[in-house]
Amino acid sequence: MPVEIPKDNWPGVVRKVTLGATAADGGTRSKTITVGGEKTLPFLAFEGPMPHRPVVAVEIKDTPPEDWSSVLLKAWGDAIQSPAAWAKAAEAAGADLIVLALSVTLKNGQPNTPAAAVEAVKSVLAATGLPLAVFGPGQAELDNSLMVAIAEATKGEKLLLGVCEDKNYRTIVATAMANGHLVTARTPMDVNLAKQLNILIHDMGFPLDRVIMDPTTGALGYGIEYGYSAMERLRLAGLQGDAMTQLPMLITPGFEAWKTKESKVGEDVPAAWGDWEKRAINWEILTASTLLQSCADILVLRHPESVQQIKAAIEELMSAA
Amino acid sequence: MALSGIQIYKLLPQTNCKECGFPTCLAFAMKLAAKQIELSSCPYVSETSKTQLAESSAPPIRMISIKAGEFEVKAGNEIVLFRHDKTFYNRPGLFIQVDDSQSLDQITASVKTADAFSVNYVGIDLKVDGFAVRSSSGSPAQFAAAVKAVRQGTKRPLVLISADAKVMAEGLKVLAGEAPLICGANSANWEAFADLAKQANTSLAVSGASLDELADLAEKLKGKGLENLVLDPASKNLAEELAQNTQIRRLAVKKNFRNLGFPVLAHPKSAAAAAQAIAKYAGFVILEQFSPDFVYPLLVLRQNIYTDPQKPIQITPGLYEINAPGPESPVLVTTNFSITYFSVANEVEGSGLPAWLLVTDAEGMSVLTAWAAGKFDAERIAKAVKTFNVASKVSKKRIVLPGHVAVLSGELEGELADWEVRVGPREAVDLPAFMKQALK
Repeated sequence: MPVEIPKDNWPGVVRKVTLGATAADGGTRSKTITVGGEKTLPFLAFEGPMPHRPVVAVEIKDTPPEDWSSVLLKAWGDAIQSPAAWAKAAEAAGADLIVLALSVTLKNGQPNTPAAAVEAVKSVLAATGLPLAVFGPGQAELDNSLMVAIAEATKGEKLLLGVCEDKNYRTIVATAMANGHLVTARTPMDVNLAKQLNILIHDMGFPLDRVIMDPTTGALGYGIEYGYSAMERLRLAGLQGDAMTQLPMLITPGFEAWKTKESKVGEDVPAAWGDWEKRAINWEILTASTLLQSCADILVLRHPESVQQIKAAIEELMSAA
Repeated sequence: MALSGIQIYKLLPQTNCKECGFPTCLAFAMKLAAKQIELSSCPYVSETSKTQLAESSAPPIRMISIKAGEFEVKAGNEIVLFRHDKTFYNRPGLFIQVDDSQSLDQITASVKTADAFSVNYVGIDLKVDGFAVRSSSGSPAQFAAAVKAVRQGTKRPLVLISADAKVMAEGLKVLAGEAPLICGANSANWEAFADLAKQANTSLAVSGASLDELADLAEKLKGKGLENLVLDPASKNLAEELAQNTQIRRLAVKKNFRNLGFPVLAHPKSAAAAAQAIAKYAGFVILEQFSPDFVYPLLVLRQNIYTDPQKPIQITPGLYEINAPGPESPVLVTTNFSITYFSVANEVEGSGLPAWLLVTDAEGMSVLTAWAAGKFDAERIAKAVKTFNVASKVSKKRIVLPGHVAVLSGELEGELADWEVRVGPREAVDLPAFMKQALK
């Protein structure tokens, strides 16, 4: 006797958001990336369409990172010396898009400047045809001054600019609006806070089909379950019809996993932790593949091996669509 | 799924005889639905109704237990699709597989290594749950020898894997008195495996190419009197596995579909597949190889996903002593989220430097989350300093804030006038270096 499969018929659908602009649309990217459009929980092709597969972004820095695990530094080698070389290496490693995370200070120890940040962004745009996201160093004033300069210097490229947070979003949203870019809205693992920030951005007159939300997560072992459930609840709210949560989600398992002790430290740790390099990469892969199940649309990773494995998993998960 | 009072009422005699002690059958039905009375109080209920009512009170996913001696691995009894709806209850059992084509010495040695594996995560010792023995040789004697070799390396519960009833029978002889899982039955061999499972009192895994086939086989096996079944969907890839596991869980939990109301077995071939199995409904997970660099994070993932979302794992707020601190030792501040506490405490302990660790009540949230939610601010920290009488313990009043809340330092100086407020690193892992350099 055939089993009748229960299907959820969701009234809502996730917005489609396109990153990057080709020459035809006023940019210089060789391709664009579209995420969103789901009318189902992830990868359930029997139930509803997931027209765009989740994508993998690789995080690079404008200056060689000082606090990154040596496992990562080894993997990228000399590429970390320049953002352009790093972007090329990331593209070769399989990145669908690049996330350029700007530093507080420059190589010479001086504070980052709008001119230096614009130069870094332009060098990445010249080095790769992939769509680009640019995140500020995370200090409100500095973020704003860098982002305004970058947004103006790259008008029409449809960059994803970050990071908007509830205490600092107006300047970035305004400059993204004026220069045809997108923004990412970050909130700390909470459904209501995420929704609230989307509403605030929407209230400025910014179109929601240019917003990606970053509900944040913890790394495996460091609170991933909070991020996991916040993401599931956000997506369910969107599918149930709540327009202010119907946004694709960007998540940063690379950043989270690589700041854990398990990834950073190879000596004086328990023998049961096993081989350092393999453990560190597994930490990132398991963090990322778990969040793939909780509806991530853009996964920002750091290690080339993780990029390969997560892309392979996405490929397999999309095979039924 | 439990029946409502009205549904139960329809199964009762509806004579309002009052012999149960209630004025009407409906009142009795309501009490039954609330599980405040036993059905046996009704003297006139029919046998058919009794069976139906007994079935309706059974959990939607049957609890299956694999046992050996004092060890037991349980899966099932789940009631939700999303952990935020309630919680996931029984952490999937993690089994390491060996193959009977390996040499016996190699089998015993590798099993011993994995059996002894233990890793501490937030105060919990994580271990693998058991072992699986697969027959690729097809030889009953070789399989039995391999099972014996595994038994020499571990006392934990076992899963035996072979589709050949003769091979399985030999393997089972080695495990007399245990309750292993045998894996298993398919549409060709199910009758022989039903007999084996009955004789040896084992749980039985059932594999099928589709949910129709699985449900069909489960029904036949139940007809043979078997109750302890495990589903082994022969999924082709991650997409199919996710779809099937989701469908099985939905059918069981939402539709009370009995023929698929059993735990599911997973055989992940990649890290992503293992993560998917943990997050998406596997009851037993069989890994093809053991390696600490992978098993450690996977056990942590299982722990995380199966944490009760209603109860954040917390530490009692208070002043904790690390490495026998004295009046000159610094006071480090953190929150009472257990992961945060253990990250900080482990680092300070590992540094060998004495410190007071002031754990403030941040309602079980991590530093950044608690700060964002207004549960970790200067006022709360100052209150903790007073509540736990920290000033009486130290002569040098130095207090160190987590780097993530550097923004609180001004305010805290206002709250704690005679204290020196310092800003520490953002991550616990950088604490030892900070303590050595900045807190000399």
